[in-house]
Amino acid sequence: MDKVIIAKNISITYDKQEMIINKASFTIDSGSFVFITGASGSGKSTLLKSIFGALKPVEGSLIVGGVELKGVSKSKLNLLRRHIGIVFQDYKLIKEWTIDKNISLPLIINGYEKSVIEQQVETLLKHVRLKHQSGKYPLELSGGEQQRVAMARALSHNPIMILADEPTGNLDDYSAQLIWNLLEGANEQLNTTIVVVTHRIPQTLNVDYKHFHIEHGQIHEVN
Amino acid sequence: MKSIKNHLSLILALVSILFAMQTLTVTNRSIDAYKEKLKTNYSLVVVSNTKLDIKIIKKKIPLVSEVKLLKVDEAIKKIDSSMSKKNIELLKLTLPKFYKITLKKYPTPNEIETIKKKISLLGNIKQIEDFKATYDVTYKLLSLFQTIVQVFSIVVFIITSLLIVKELKIWQYKHNERMNIMGLFGAPKWLSSAVLFRLAIVDAILSSFIVYIAFSYISSSNWLSSKIKSVGIEVEVFNFTDDFPILFVAAIILSLILATTIVFGHKEEV
Repeated sequence: MDKVIIAKNISITYDKQEMIINKASFTIDSGSFVFITGASGSGKSTLLKSIFGALKPVEGSLIVGGVELKGVSKSKLNLLRRHIGIVFQDYKLIKEWTIDKNISLPLIINGYEKSVIEQQVETLLKHVRLKHQSGKYPLELSGGEQQRVAMARALSHNPIMILADEPTGNLDDYSAQLIWNLLEGANEQLNTTIVVVTHRIPQTLNVDYKHFHIEHGQIHEVN
Repeated sequence: MKSIKNHLSLILALVSILFAMQTLTVTNRSIDAYKEKLKTNYSLVVVSNTKLDIKIIKKKIPLVSEVKLLKVDEAIKKIDSSMSKKNIELLKLTLPKFYKITLKKYPTPNEIETIKKKISLLGNIKQIEDFKATYDVTYKLLSLFQTIVQVFSIVVFIITSLLIVKELKIWQYKHNERMNIMGLFGAPKWLSSAVLFRLAIVDAILSSFIVYIAFSYISSSNWLSSKIKSVGIEVEVFNFTDDFPILFVAAIILSLILATTIVFGHKEEV
């Protein structure tokens, strides 16, 4: 099976003094569903930031989607990011844009035609059950609804991988379940690799998943 | 409403700067027109014992526009109409020559001094009348007025620039967030900053048109035109072909500087 992420002895730090991740190695198969867990401050989110290139490893090798991230150029990183969908706990929606435009962001960046964008946005709004909220701004929506918009945005361009940082951390049960269903659906139907950083793995999941746990800067696979 | 608010703060700052610029232009134009008017009325009178060579005067003093020998006949007639023709001719021969010298532009006090010095070296000059007392007051008043307007414009420019710097910080915060989010999905810098540049250019266009409308209204008002006419000059308060391009380019440059500073000051959030 193809590896979408290959990490070899990577060390990640913010200040070059204390290593958050210390010489860790792991691989993630293409099309797999992966959970990364760990205590608060263990480095889960830091690792995720490294996977999308916001924080480069100070040593070792981190290859994502065939791109070596250590010393990667900005333009190459941008190209990689165009094939990744990201979901954050704090949604990271553009407040001055309507939810429709927020969803269309990766499609605009990838240069899709206007008619394709409009059609895809409409389909996704139905998918995340927000068709009735079309044209509204993020702050007019509840937290759960905003996260569904963020989820639709992450799915809009059919990415090879979706990275999610505590995607259901602040959500009500209904929205949380909807988010898990969408992630499951993308993984099963589109073979999208899903990497989720979370405190707790949901019990209601219907997919096979891999589980990595971070402790003392080391990443272990949990069986 | 939110969108108007986004634009308003920069537009207000730009309008203030453009308004100060145009006020300065109008002031300079009025002063120039007034100087032109004074120039036509201003002349030096030179009294010489001998006849002066007009060509030499013009050559030695380039500022001189015209040298005219004043006729003394009328003045002599007024002195005594019963004087014999022979005596009148004799008087004419003994009287010095009076010359009226007009200049190409309204001179500064230093230029007057230089002209006087050069004339006095020409030959048998008896007296040079420069009407300094009246002239000095007018010139100093004009200079004072011009300086006040320049200082006022500089103060407006500094205060507005400070406002723009403050606005820059707000914009930086607001646009950084959007640029960060766009960057997460791989947007190139030009795309993530396109909104900012569009906003800056739209604001620059709006500001220049606001100032254009304001000055068009001011120039069409009777109040100002009567004030200008009362000092005997004609001034164009706003000339679209001359003034608008300057204001427009200034607004575009200022807003592009603002946008570029934000774009280059942007750092990806980790």
